Amino acid sequence: MTDQEKILNEVTDNDYKFGFHSKIETETIPKGLNEDVIRLISAKKEEPGWMTESRLKAFRHWQTMTMPDWAHLQIPDIDYQDIIYYAAPKKEAKYQSLDEVDPELIDTFNRLGIPLEEQKQLAGVAVDAVMDSVSVKTTFQDTLAELGIIFCSFSEAVKNHPDLVQKYMGSVVPYTDNFFAALNSAVFSDGSFCYIPKGIRCPMELSTYFRINTANTGQFERTLIIAEDDTYVSYLEGCTAPMRDENQLHAAIVEIVAMENAEVKYSTVQNWYPGDKAGKGGIYNFVTKRGICKGDNSKISWTQVETGSAITWKYPSCILKGHNSVGEFYSVAVTNNYQQADTGTKMIHIGKNTRSTIISKGISAGRSQNSYRGLVRVLKGAEYARNFSQCDSLLLGDKCGAHTFPYLEVDNRTAIVEHEATTSKIGEDQIFYCNQRGIDTENAISLIVNGYAKEVLNKLPMEFAVEAQKLLAITLEGSVG
Amino acid sequence: MKDTIETLTTTAKYLELFRTNREQIGDGDPDFVKDLREQGIRSFEKTGFPARKAELYKHTHLEPVFDGEFSFDFSPRKIAFDDNDLFLCDVPMLDAHVLTVLNGVFHHPGKSALHELDNGIIVGGLREAIRRYPDLVSAHLGKIAPLDKEAFVSLNTAFAQDGIFLYVPEGVQMDKPVQIIHLLLSDKNQMVHHRNLFVLEKNTTAQVIICDHTLSPHMFLTNSVSEVSVGEHADLDLLRLQNEHNNSCQVTNTWIRQERASHCQHGNITLHGSMVRNNLHVKMEGEGASSRELGLFLIDKLQHVDSYTVIEHASPNCTSDQHYKGVLDDASTGAFHGRIHVHPNAQKTEAFQANNNILLTDTARMNTKPQLEIYADDVKCSHGATVGQLDEDALFYLQSRGISRDESRLMLMDAFAQDVLSKIKQPSLRDRITDLVGKRLRGELSRCNNCAMHCDEE
Repeated sequence: MTDQEKILNEVTDNDYKFGFHSKIETETIPKGLNEDVIRLISAKKEEPGWMTESRLKAFRHWQTMTMPDWAHLQIPDIDYQDIIYYAAPKKEAKYQSLDEVDPELIDTFNRLGIPLEEQKQLAGVAVDAVMDSVSVKTTFQDTLAELGIIFCSFSEAVKNHPDLVQKYMGSVVPYTDNFFAALNSAVFSDGSFCYIPKGIRCPMELSTYFRINTANTGQFERTLIIAEDDTYVSYLEGCTAPMRDENQLHAAIVEIVAMENAEVKYSTVQNWYPGDKAGKGGIYNFVTKRGICKGDNSKISWTQVETGSAITWKYPSCILKGHNSVGEFYSVAVTNNYQQADTGTKMIHIGKNTRSTIISKGISAGRSQNSYRGLVRVLKGAEYARNFSQCDSLLLGDKCGAHTFPYLEVDNRTAIVEHEATTSKIGEDQIFYCNQRGIDTENAISLIVNGYAKEVLNKLPMEFAVEAQKLLAITLEGSVG
Repeated sequence: MKDTIETLTTTAKYLELFRTNREQIGDGDPDFVKDLREQGIRSFEKTGFPARKAELYKHTHLEPVFDGEFSFDFSPRKIAFDDNDLFLCDVPMLDAHVLTVLNGVFHHPGKSALHELDNGIIVGGLREAIRRYPDLVSAHLGKIAPLDKEAFVSLNTAFAQDGIFLYVPEGVQMDKPVQIIHLLLSDKNQMVHHRNLFVLEKNTTAQVIICDHTLSPHMFLTNSVSEVSVGEHADLDLLRLQNEHNNSCQVTNTWIRQERASHCQHGNITLHGSMVRNNLHVKMEGEGASSRELGLFLIDKLQHVDSYTVIEHASPNCTSDQHYKGVLDDASTGAFHGRIHVHPNAQKTEAFQANNNILLTDTARMNTKPQLEIYADDVKCSHGATVGQLDEDALFYLQSRGISRDESRLMLMDAFAQDVLSKIKQPSLRDRITDLVGKRLRGELSRCNNCAMHCDEE
């Protein structure tokens, strides 16, 4: 075995570090899914009638659908009746200060390396920490409220801002969109809601941490971000999930609405439990994320670092409806062992002079399969639309696969659409070059992988980039150092 | 019971057509061909026509076309046909073995149906080859294009009557290219299934040119299959020129199997045809094989061209280089779906794929899906795809030098096409095709330059 192989093995054999299960009492409802369960969820969350109705409508539609099978994924059969659809920490109190929060919960976050206190101090990040499904703590809410920004849990928004929720929920991802969107619309437990009023530039990065905690609980988050005219907001989503044997289902929806001159930046670091080395366990991550650039000159930017989950099925998309609107997608997806990822984006150009950029970096190791799947569609009216896509894949090991499935559909002669992709492994000549300059093989691999992902990591907000690098390090430790 | 007449699905229609004419279709076939036909129809029964939303046929829905009224000849039909005015459509200065296939049947008035040349080369009609060399044919026929993967191959296997057979024995270098001219001439709407089989043994070279033409203004539907086996160290240059009239539909299936250190160049140039679907499947089975795939289409009006290619790297050290280009005018639509598949053991693979398209109008539409599916790590693979228009700066530059805008556009399009055309190896053929492409771009080529019919001018 050569040095390089040894190091690659070390790198790819690393265990999942955040695998622990905090013992917080949770309240759950029986397994299974039917109209009664949905009514029960709705009742537990003290929702108004229209919300219950909307859930039931989605559920009825979901029953007529089948799971999509077009992705390059091997998905074991999922028994949707064997899942608990609601779990909430029992001590559901509204805390005023951190002292009142369950110490074990604080400890959980501490072990994740994202202590609330520190977060509070650090560059003014407001954290809406979601522990399982109920929003436990929302910080900085007061500061934001002064500016008229609404940043709260989704259930609070349903209670306090029903008009906004009714107007925008489902306007970007309707419940009829796909199988998992319908499921989420029926059973979503909680999530985040964010509203930026006209002319406001959000002074801090908004952030939420999702965490799956109770065994056997599918987590169904729902996020809605509305940016009115002339606004800016940067939103961070990050997640780590504890070690677990059974597969868990995660089907989230994220909707973004950007009005005229608004800019929304959505960053994700995803590190759900990927399953063990034999491919046992792990999270199924089926997410529908979509943003609409409704007004002219608006911009939506997706940045994601995907290191976890046994199966990832995720396509953050932009509908570029307003003239001169911009869509961006930056992604690093790392798969190891038996992980499978089928991820990418959709850019739908509707307005004139719309532009989109897609940068996707896939890294596969072990026996994993990593696919990029993206669609760029230019409609007839989208004059002078411009797209550039670049999808690179890096293979570490000879048992893994890297695939690229771009779709380019162009209906307008003034459009310029470009796609390019490469697949390669770390070249021996590259390593040799580094060795020659006194960098050992381990550091050389680290250097190359870092450089490879840099284009995307650079797009992450500062506070997040640190964590993203940490998470990359877990999958590729020994190389990233 | 209701007394309404049950409408048959298109698939059922074809199953019915086969079953009621089974005897006639397989008339005179040896058992192995009869077996193949049965296998073909059975797998066709299983798959049926690709569904409306089937991923591989997303942009080309062929079932309605096949549902149309077409007559089908189960045995060669006599058609009034004058050999002299027939083919002016040859390539000047090209000395070739010219073989004419009329409505899917090898046309050999007064000559033998199968020629055996001095150096052991066998070339001629497939039907005759099946009769005279059953062992040679059965070793390859139906083995390269799998019956159960592609509905149109299954259908062709069941129905095909004839086609061209070419056999190049070990060590033979062919001195002249083989030119196959597929002609469609009928007095009614006609459907044709024909099948070619080219076998190149070890250390051989051969060049095959296939030209597709229509000679009467009727609607034609062609479903052809070409199976190609390229032996060790063999070199094949295969070029297809599609120039049927704009009222015809063509489905071609080309399956190429390459052995160790072989080389194959496949070119496909589409000038006319109303609906064209080209399926190309290259499988490099032997180590160190290399292949090059070229494609060019120039379409206008309501034409539709869909290229589907799969390049399979099944062994280590193989290289492939693919370049497909398209120019779309008026309300034409195009599709490209290219897949590079690298098997787990195919280390040291180098695979490149590029697809460039130019849209000249707002009504033209292009869909492209270049795909990489890679299961080995020590590879260099890349693909690129672009859809755009002529470079405004370049146009301006030419105009500023006193060249009219129209002429500048033609020059740029010509240059765009040259990328592909310059790779055609045979010089006289390259000149001829460059000339045809130039005329096509100027709109002077109505269908087939030398044909007197001008059937699509109305």
